[in-house]
Amino acid sequence: MTTTAPPPAPTPAVATPPPSPSARFRVPGAFLLGAVLLFGVAPLVLSDFRISLLAKYLCYAIVAVGVSLAWGRGGLLVLGQGVFFGLGGYAMAMHLKLADAAAAGETLPDFMLLYGSGDALPWWWRPFANPVFALAATVLLPMAVAALLGYFVFRRRVRGAYFAILSQALAAALSIWLVGQQTTTGGTNGLTDIRGFFGYDLSDPVNQRTVYFVVAGVLLLLMAAARQLFVSRYGELLVAVRDAEERVRFLGYDPAAVKLVAYVVAAGTAGLAGALFVPAVGIISPALIGIVPSIGFVIGAAVGGRASLVGAVLGAVAVAWAQSSLSDAFPAAWTYLQGLLFVVAVGFLPGGLASVVTALRARRTRTAPAPAPTKGETA
Amino acid sequence: MSGAGLTVRDLRVTFDGFRAVDGVDLDVPPGDLRFLIGPNGAGKTTLVDAVTGLVRATGSVRFAGEELLGRPVHRIARRGIGRTFQTATVFEQLTVLQNLDIAAGAGRGPLTLLRRRRGVPEAVAHALETIGLAGLRDRPAGVLAHGQKQWLEIGMLLVQDVRLLLLDEPVAGMSHDEREATGELLRRVGEDRTVVVIEHDMDFMRSYARSVSVLHAGKVLKQGTVAEVQADARVQEVYLGRAAAPEPVAVPVAEEA
Ligand SMILES: Nc1ncnc2c1ncn2[C@@H]1O[C@H](COP(=O)(O)OP(=O)(O)O)[C@@H](O)[C@H]1O
Ligand SMILES: [Mg+2]
Repeated sequence: MTTTAPPPAPTPAVATPPPSPSARFRVPGAFLLGAVLLFGVAPLVLSDFRISLLAKYLCYAIVAVGVSLAWGRGGLLVLGQGVFFGLGGYAMAMHLKLADAAAAGETLPDFMLLYGSGDALPWWWRPFANPVFALAATVLLPMAVAALLGYFVFRRRVRGAYFAILSQALAAALSIWLVGQQTTTGGTNGLTDIRGFFGYDLSDPVNQRTVYFVVAGVLLLLMAAARQLFVSRYGELLVAVRDAEERVRFLGYDPAAVKLVAYVVAAGTAGLAGALFVPAVGIISPALIGIVPSIGFVIGAAVGGRASLVGAVLGAVAVAWAQSSLSDAFPAAWTYLQGLLFVVAVGFLPGGLASVVTALRARRTRTAPAPAPTKGETA
Repeated sequence: MSGAGLTVRDLRVTFDGFRAVDGVDLDVPPGDLRFLIGPNGAGKTTLVDAVTGLVRATGSVRFAGEELLGRPVHRIARRGIGRTFQTATVFEQLTVLQNLDIAAGAGRGPLTLLRRRRGVPEAVAHALETIGLAGLRDRPAGVLAHGQKQWLEIGMLLVQDVRLLLLDEPVAGMSHDEREATGELLRRVGEDRTVVVIEHDMDFMRSYARSVSVLHAGKVLKQGTVAEVQADARVQEVYLGRAAAPEPVAVPVAEEA
């Protein structure tokens, strides 16, 4: 039957070389390096103050893991991650405020006593007194909202700019709503002055370090999970949907379902990041989850390389670091710089800095003809 | 027996009042290798679009006794109906192997999807041999030549395990050798499947068609064997006469996807 096969391809058949040992150990090696840096080096060389800052940046990096999946691999420009970050953050903060109040012998969180709306806890605060409910809610609540939203949006084939604008509008709506609920959400101030974290005093530097270790551990675990998604069959399918959604439909898949999974996972990731942000920074407020921070959540990934997990994570940390260093010195300039970074990265370097690294590496090892660089293939 | 193949009744597709498909009846028995010919703009692509759920249509399209009209694209695909596009559409960023593996996987469960692909599934390996791309399996599909992309698309239909293949101008832009190879491929693929091929090339049609339908201005003008169709006066008038002359400048054809 091979006699009637189409003529041999004009290009000489290229047998893929077996992966070199260095390539085989690159991924576990990179994880090991990351663990050593985060758990060994950083605590040794950084002051307590810097460690707290790093914990905050790593929370942004956790959001970037989800952004890398949804946007980098799935092509969904998730410009509303502030919503999910906020839901996770508020769920956590509500529990911690209630625990703080209970520890102080009060029935209401301090701000409710201060603004005095009434004497009873709002009904929707009550379940958050339960730590298991609150912890589950930090992840499941964002995922549920994303599932509901994504179900309608992807089925109606809302795409590209419309999806991005819708996401932004949602982030704006949530933060505006929160501002208006002074007596039940703390309004503009948000939920602040959080003192304890499941029985530990957050003003103790030792406990702050523990929070840092938790954040770092969660980041590494999520990166491992995301990496597995990237290389799985689902990961390949997601790239296919990103690049030729209609074609995937004709193969018998529902692209809406494929995108929904990435969107919901990214939302859960952002929720977890928001939940960890609260003990790490001690506050959650509308200003941290609105339009501007929502754009901020994707800029790091854009600069570092959205399709590359490591690129997105390092980019998020770098941009967060630049923001806190620069925004104090030049508060007005940062907003413009942030916009500029986004435009430059998306417009001129869609693969981010990671694509530069990939290109350089390919150049160094150009003994055999390398396959065309693919934005979907950088790990 | 026609109930088991493709049965189209009074199919109509209208674009802003323009009737692109205007009451088509079509019977393709199981195992047939049917060529669908007709001048540019006759409605051939639109007919395939309607059968595969891409455009809204009225009338009836049945395959293996089941009504297809009104179902979403991916459900029609799952009933065993596959198609290719006038411009080959493959996942350019993914390798040939990944393209085929995705095509083979619409029935996979969540657990399989979350695992990494290990090795090459048997159906995929078989298709790689059939379409002659085994040596290129780890290349990104984007670097393939035009003809190779068409073969890859046909390979994707094979692993998808479709029972009805609808191929939209699969040999357009191919060299003579490539056409011949594609024709043999179609013949082999058609051994246990129903195949409908849209094609302009008369020589190609004469060599490989088992039966022919001629479409003109959204209607079926004639249906029969190659000889019957060629002998038909009206067909000669609207189509074959023109095809003998140098190819007219192609009318811009609407986007597929
Ligand atoms: N999406 C569309 N919107 C409007 N007109 C269309 C669309 N698709 C096709 N047409 C028109 O319908 C007619 C049939 O097109 P088509 O099915 O592509 O022809 P063929 O494939 O036979 O060359 C053409 O006149 C074309 O311009
Ligand atoms: Mg056409």
